[in-house]
Amino acid sequence: MFKKFTKEDVHSRSNIKSSAQRGLKTKFVDQFEDLEPVIDNIIPKKSQAILIKCEDKIQLYSVENEVVLFQHFDDLIPTLKIVHKYPQCFPRVQVDRGAIKFVLSGANIMCPGLTSAGAKLPEENLEVDTIVTIYAEGKENALAVGKLVMSTDEIKSKNKGIGIELLHYLGDGLWTLSE
Amino acid sequence: MTEVVAREVYYCGVCSFPPEYCEFGVSLKRCKDWLQDNNQELFDKIYSDDALATQTSTLSIERQEKISQELAKKQLKEEAKQERELQKKLASKVLIKRIERNRRKHIISISGLEVFNIDMKKLAKTFASKFATGASVTKTADKKEEILVQGDVSDEAKEYIEKLLEEQGLNGVEVEQVDEKKKKKATAPGATPAA
Repeated sequence: MFKKFTKEDVHSRSNIKSSAQRGLKTKFVDQFEDLEPVIDNIIPKKSQAILIKCEDKIQLYSVENEVVLFQHFDDLIPTLKIVHKYPQCFPRVQVDRGAIKFVLSGANIMCPGLTSAGAKLPEENLEVDTIVTIYAEGKENALAVGKLVMSTDEIKSKNKGIGIELLHYLGDGLWTLSE
Repeated sequence: MTEVVAREVYYCGVCSFPPEYCEFGVSLKRCKDWLQDNNQELFDKIYSDDALATQTSTLSIERQEKISQELAKKQLKEEAKQERELQKKLASKVLIKRIERNRRKHIISISGLEVFNIDMKKLAKTFASKFATGASVTKTADKKEEILVQGDVSDEAKEYIEKLLEEQGLNGVEVEQVDEKKKKKATAPGATPAA
């Protein structure tokens, strides 16, 4: 999504109303329940969030000069900077080492990369369309954020085709976008 | 509210990734040097022989070799690209034209900045407020952007641009000033009023 993303894709930026900001926070917490204790650190109560509208109906929300999350249709997706800060708050999957190279060039994640020896899927089932953070074998930080196109149970049983649609990864246009 | 402390992640100063991912970036060698200079502890952790051995253990050696070869190739390419870009930057020059509008009034046009990753709109705005004049960005005939500033401020503008370029570490870039007279009154020599 952000493979080719530059300043030119930004259409407008505007401050959002505080009520909209509150709504945004509740929505974000609804989506990731574990966020509740830290949401006020991510988006402080008194802060002014900025809405940055971009190409392809992407909306970025920035707080204190740092993009904290973005919205694509109804999904709220945290940026990797936030994922790195609060890794425990998001569902996580792990890919094997062979896949890192491809993930870092923006490829969608194929099922075998999620089921092989070096990879890890959570025990409990994650539903389709869940936003997951993607880790890699032997690394402690997340390297990408994606959206499940199959439930994890299905990934395990089918083991073929695209399992996660990649949304945001290290080194993409959003990562390098300086505010 | 329970206090949850954000985890601090250390980012590489060269490629901006967390250092453990530098090996997949395009500037591994420079990242390595940088990390060694800046964070010895982490450097030892990531690039020690033990760590490298455990990393490679899960993949077959052949595949590992292939991947590292490809990466090396890519890195070389990227370095060459950066080198070329730098050369291009050094070779190009910035042109500040002073255009006579009528006898005593001038506007200046600044072109040739697009190579340097400078936001033209922002710069125009800065000029406008700095010199208290109007400044705008327009497209020239050959589809390049130029900044037009009302009033003869070419000396100050030159100084400012040189400073900007210096901040980017580009000292050798030439900033050239030229006068352009209005064609109709080409015979009238433009007075050179003090800036």
